[in-house]
Amino acid sequence: MTLLTAVFAAIVCTVIWYRNAPNNEMKVGVLCFMYWGASLMWLVDAIFAYAELRDEFFTPAPADMLNDLYLGLSVVALGLIIWLVILLIKDPKGVVAAALSKKKQA
Amino acid sequence: MACFLVPAAEAIAVTVATQIAKSKEKEPQPLKPETGSGDCGMENKIPFSGKIKWLTNLLWGGSALLAFEHVWHGEVTPWFPFLTAAGNPSDALAMLREMSTAGVAMALLVTAFWAGMLIVSGVMEKRALKTRAAAKQEG
Repeated sequence: MTLLTAVFAAIVCTVIWYRNAPNNEMKVGVLCFMYWGASLMWLVDAIFAYAELRDEFFTPAPADMLNDLYLGLSVVALGLIIWLVILLIKDPKGVVAAALSKKKQA
Repeated sequence: MACFLVPAAEAIAVTVATQIAKSKEKEPQPLKPETGSGDCGMENKIPFSGKIKWLTNLLWGGSALLAFEHVWHGEVTPWFPFLTAAGNPSDALAMLREMSTAGVAMALLVTAFWAGMLIVSGVMEKRALKTRAAAKQEG
């Protein structure tokens, strides 16, 4: 479930990035790489889990699925927070810098 | 247990490599399509430091989100020894085994994915140059 959540997040971000390309002012590319990186790593995790559990891997208990979904959504939220911090620090549109210089002038 | 540490270690090494590549590249590398007439349409190729940055982002992003998963499951703690499995020798052995199997596989898969991206972007760059050169010859 965590893998699925990360893959869907990666696909949505890639579509958003493609729609706005070549304009990358919002740094959506960073978010794409982050979710794709996590998806690939969880894919390896899933392959190892499948090798261990076999058929049981595809029939998880509902409580486990819910917990994994909750984890997946939390991971997506964390990714968005990291992206937001990077966006505000790099400030490609100069919005933060302009706001700060206005405050200094006033 | 601590499989994310292997891609995280690779991320550190790749970040250093990115900085070295960046310091060596002063200007964007121009591509010179062969038009036959001697003049060349200049187009900027993605520099290698830019391409290696893709790998850095994949590795750091993936490792950070996986580290969060390990915190969620109580496998990483904010106090010494930071990894719960490092507390006793039998768990530590299992952790090292997981790092050497799943961790290495994660780092390899991400690197292979990036290598695939390099090949595809290289082909696309070449195709764009060919199209541009053909258009120039016609015009």
